[in-house]
Amino acid sequence: MIEVNRNGEVWVFAEQQDGQLSEVPLELLSRGRELADKLSVKLGAVLVGDNASPLVEELSAYGADKVYLVEDPLLGVFQTSSYTRVLCELIEKHKPQIVLYGATAVGRDLAPRVASAMKAGLTADCTDLQIDDFTESRSKVVHKNLLQQIRPAFGGNIIATIVNYDRWPQMATVREGVMPLPERNGTIRAEVVSESIKITPEDLPLEILSRHFEAKKVNLKASRVIVAGGAGVGSKENFKQVWKLANVLGGAPGASRAAVDLGFIESDYQVGQTGTTVRPALYIAVGISGAVQHSAGMSDSAKIVAINSDPDAPIFQVAHYGIVGDLNVVIPKLIKAIRAKS
Amino acid sequence: MPYNCVVLAKQVPDTAAVTGKAMNDDGTVNRSALPAIFNPEDLNALELALQIKQAHGGTVTIMTMGLPSACDVLREGLYRGADRAILITDRRAAASDTLATSYILNCAIKKLSDVDIILCGRQAIDGDTAQVGPQAAEKLGIPQITYVEELLSLCDRTITVKRNVGAGWEKVRATLPVLLTVMDTANEPRPCGVKRLLKYKKARSQSELAKEGATEAAVQSLKDKNLLIDQWDLDYLDADMQWCGRNGSPTKVNRIQSVVLSASGYKEIAPTDEGLRDMVHELIVDHTIG
Ligand SMILES: Cc1cc2nc3c(=O)[nH]c(=O)nc-3n(C[C@H](O)[C@H](O)[C@H](O)COP(=O)(O)OP(=O)(O)OC[C@H]3O[C@@H](n4cnc5c(N)ncnc54)[C@H](O)[C@@H]3O)c2cc1C
Repeated sequence: MIEVNRNGEVWVFAEQQDGQLSEVPLELLSRGRELADKLSVKLGAVLVGDNASPLVEELSAYGADKVYLVEDPLLGVFQTSSYTRVLCELIEKHKPQIVLYGATAVGRDLAPRVASAMKAGLTADCTDLQIDDFTESRSKVVHKNLLQQIRPAFGGNIIATIVNYDRWPQMATVREGVMPLPERNGTIRAEVVSESIKITPEDLPLEILSRHFEAKKVNLKASRVIVAGGAGVGSKENFKQVWKLANVLGGAPGASRAAVDLGFIESDYQVGQTGTTVRPALYIAVGISGAVQHSAGMSDSAKIVAINSDPDAPIFQVAHYGIVGDLNVVIPKLIKAIRAKS
Repeated sequence: MPYNCVVLAKQVPDTAAVTGKAMNDDGTVNRSALPAIFNPEDLNALELALQIKQAHGGTVTIMTMGLPSACDVLREGLYRGADRAILITDRRAAASDTLATSYILNCAIKKLSDVDIILCGRQAIDGDTAQVGPQAAEKLGIPQITYVEELLSLCDRTITVKRNVGAGWEKVRATLPVLLTVMDTANEPRPCGVKRLLKYKKARSQSELAKEGATEAAVQSLKDKNLLIDQWDLDYLDADMQWCGRNGSPTKVNRIQSVVLSASGYKEIAPTDEGLRDMVHELIVDHTIG
């Protein structure tokens, strides 16, 4: 636990694997930049690994003022205990006021362990972060400029705003893809703070026997147009219509969880709370009812077209264009209309 | 060799069962109308513990912290094969966040001797935080292995598992004791055993017996039949109050907003050639496509 200190920096855990940064720390740097500016403090990135220093440049380009660099061959592969040790030592020494992690398999494994060791608060899976004052309801004590940690809870049925005013740092994991990827700005160079932290065998209680990573087959986040199909599409065979419409628009197919569970398409294509969060220029939802868990991952799309035979389907409530009709009739007509125009 | 497993389970509102009945008139969810269930992934944790017991011998203890009504999940654990059930309940534990909850669970686990493997579900469906397991492991000073999908081997004091790491998997080995968080893909939880159900549906905790006005003799008879659910409070756990309940919880809820699905006013397009042509035209004009 560290004392509440108003001069503390804003930190982002720069998750990397085998010398590659994942996207989420870059997304966090863009929001972290805004938070740090609002608080008039520096933005730090915590980079841990073996030979991780080549990544300093990228972290600088995405907005970090400082990079806390901890390198050790023993830190080459992520382990909860060793990384917890590093984070805790850095936090105790430099006393940041905010520490953000991606809500990835690594972030969600590491952050709670750090929070427990620091006896600090942690909010999981945030979808938004802001700085604002908070008034305690009983005592009316006002806490200025706290991190407002905003997240869906209760299966997506409520949005909770969490604060943490007495035991710092304020920590949160942030869902991937909910904050836009910033522009790269190559001219600035962050100050590098190298720290050596001694890793002992007790910090490495696990033996990693083997690892296997599959590159994601699809990058839905990068698609300008997504045509997503749901249970209403009816069969894997019929899902070809979704692919065809996506192709005609130069976009990618997506899916609801029901469509994935029914085997129409692989889980990489799932959009929503437990899938990918997307914000394309155009999102066409075909035969998707629009459960909150689905809309959580697509409602920020610039334009949403819903095609559904049920006029009361909730998907229409997030749509800009609504087409009530049988998808088997609508899709071919829509393809025809697009081909006629272009 | 036999292993002593402890399963941490939570009673949760069935957030997936948000149907018309559970909605208020203003479009928000009426939480009290949702049925209370055994958190789904905790069933996978229990199943893994039961499989370990079947293969190697030992015991399975199911533990929950919550209201006295959380005994329902403990009984369900007993129906499925747990040997012992422990309820941690105390008014002073109310409003605990994940940190305070993990502290209390850690105190309770320390009351048990010779625990080899602690199993939790990956996350609970009411909060989806996935934090209590790792936080409890830290407090216990033991390693954690999250997102377990498969137990590969368990031999002497060494456990090997396959864990899901999002974009792939990892096979890892640890020395016991260890805490595992288990994914829903790990196994298919067994149904309740009929014989066990008949036996354990009589199992009760102290607070339930008090509510039912049971006599001392009745309590003793339950105890003799091994049907008394252990009920522990914070005094019994020797818990330090500064780490429990509201005091022990650094995170505070500032605001709760219900997600209200309100009609935003979309443009209705007729499912005809003309209707679709006009829509495509608009999308081209505003540079959405084309
Ligand atoms: C913890 C949790 C996490 C979840 N995460 C996700 C997630 O990440 N992503 C996700 O999508 N879901 C998720 N879900 C599931 C979600 O609650 C819904 O069950 C799911 O989104 C429903 O998918 P669907 O709309 O395809 O199916 P349904 O709800 O069955 O809807 C099918 C729709 O198709 C329409 N239809 C049928 N036939 C036709 C036709 N011929 N023409 C036009 N329309 C037709 C119907 O009117 C209906 O509206 C999650 C659930 C839980 C509990």
